[in-house]
Order: sequence, then structure tokens, then C-alpha cells
Amino acid sequence: MKEWVHQLNKAFENRVRLGIMSVLMVNEAVSFNRLKELLGVTDGNLASHLRALEKLDYVEMKKTFLDRKSHTTYDVSALGRKAFTEHLNALESLLKP
Amino acid sequence: MDQKEHIEALKDIRQMMQRSVRFLSLSGLSGIFAGIYALAAAYLAYLKLESGAGRTDARGTLIYLMALALGCLILAIGTAFFFTRKNARKKGLKLWDDSARLAFINLSIPLATGGLFAIALIRAGAIGFVAPATLVFYGLALINASRHTFPMIRQLGILEILLGLIAAFVWGHGLLFWAIGFGLLHIVYGLFMYFKFERS
Repeated sequence: MKEWVHQLNKAFENRVRLGIMSVLMVNEAVSFNRLKELLGVTDGNLASHLRALEKLDYVEMKKTFLDRKSHTTYDVSALGRKAFTEHLNALESLLKP
Repeated sequence: MDQKEHIEALKDIRQMMQRSVRFLSLSGLSGIFAGIYALAAAYLAYLKLESGAGRTDARGTLIYLMALALGCLILAIGTAFFFTRKNARKKGLKLWDDSARLAFINLSIPLATGGLFAIALIRAGAIGFVAPATLVFYGLALINASRHTFPMIRQLGILEILLGLIAAFVWGHGLLFWAIGFGLLHIVYGLFMYFKFERS
């Protein structure tokens, strides 16, 4: 059991981050508001967790313009996809009897 | 984190992945009602055709049948909207979010194509191909939308396509296949969805 614990990624220990990553893994280009709606968290909370994941290069932010209004979307990076998959595998192995 | 927390985390992840991609408020009741409307419309169409009006007043009959189909479609969509909104409220989900939008767009593209194609068939006088064509296009629309809603919708789509293809080769029973595809199959799948996902 011990070796699996080391493969768990500290970056994903928070529930909000787990949520962000799960949503981004299965959707392309998710907006800030959509993430907020799905996770039910405050603006500031979501923004700080997104920033943390961005710093690790796990998520990518894209700013586009829709009707002259800026529209921010997020997507998971290749690195983030790999890291999250490994985290999930570690979680699953941990739970296997 | 202990074992229990890890299990909770995995549950959260799975739920979030499901909820964010799939439009899960679609109510089975809307399928049941759509099926009932379709069966009623098919019966009315049958009565009209049996009365021999097709030979004496072909144009009038055609307009009657098209009005019947359109009325049936509007009723079905209205009912679907009503039950699905109710279901969304019960589950505490939004009726119109990104996953609903994706499901709707992906359903609409093949469906609108099929509708226009059916109009072209009627104009060309190939009335016998209207029922098979609408069944096939409707099936394709369901398969296309199933990625964004209940996976079971994909199965229903495949059955509709099969039915449409059989109808295209077996000649002269368009109305019967139409009643099975839009009536019976909707009722069966609607009941199944209702008891599996809503009645608990």
C-alpha cells in the first residue's frame, strides 16, 4: 500500500481541484461560469484553485472575444491529463483489496 | 486521507464527469407521451387513407397528413419541455446548460436535414419514401445526440434506423413502420427510462 501513497499527487488533494480536473478531462473549453455552476463554489475560491493548477501547467487558460466581451475558457493540458490519470490510477490501486 | 475519503473522492470525480457532459434531465415521460401522440396521429392518418380520400383529393390528403405530423411534433416537443423542466427542478439541475445545448444542437442537425429531405421527397412525388427517410434521419439524430445525454438513446437510434431501412425495402407499409418507430419504440423506451432513472 505504501508505494501507492507516494504516487498520489498533492496538487489534486483539494476537492475543488479534483472537480475542476474531472470536468476539464471530459469537456473541451469550459468557461469560468460553467465551472462555477457545476462545482458550486465562489468566484474567488475557484479562481485561486484555477491559478494554482495553471502555475503547475496542468490547465490552460484561453481568452477569446464573444460579441466584444472577453470570454475566458479553460482546458486541461497534456501534462495535466497525464498527471490526473496517474492520480486516478493511484487512487484506484489504493482502494483495491 | 483515509480509505473512505478516497472512495468519496472517486465518487465525486465520476459524478462530476457525468454531470458536466451529459444532459440528464431528459424525462422518460416525454417519450411516453410522444409515443401516444404518434400512435393517435397514425390512427387518424390511417382513417383518412382508408376513406379513399387519397384518390379523390390527393392534394387535400397530403396537406391533412402534413398538418397531422406537424401538430404531433409540436405537441411532443411541448410535452417534452414541460416534463424535462419538472425533472430538472427535482434534480436541482439547470434545464438549459452547456450539456443541454450540445445535446440539442447535435440532435437538430440530422433532424433538420431529414425534415428538408422529406419535403424534397414529397415534392418529387416519392411519398412512399417519406416514412423510411424520417425514421432513418431520426435514428441518426438520436445516435448523434446520445453522446450528450443518456447512452440508452443510442440504442433507440439504432432501432429507428433499422426500422427505417426495413420500411424502405418492404413496400407499402410506411404508416405501420412509422407507428412502430415513433409510437411504440418511444413508449417502450420512455417507460424504461422513467422507471430506471426517475421512479426512485
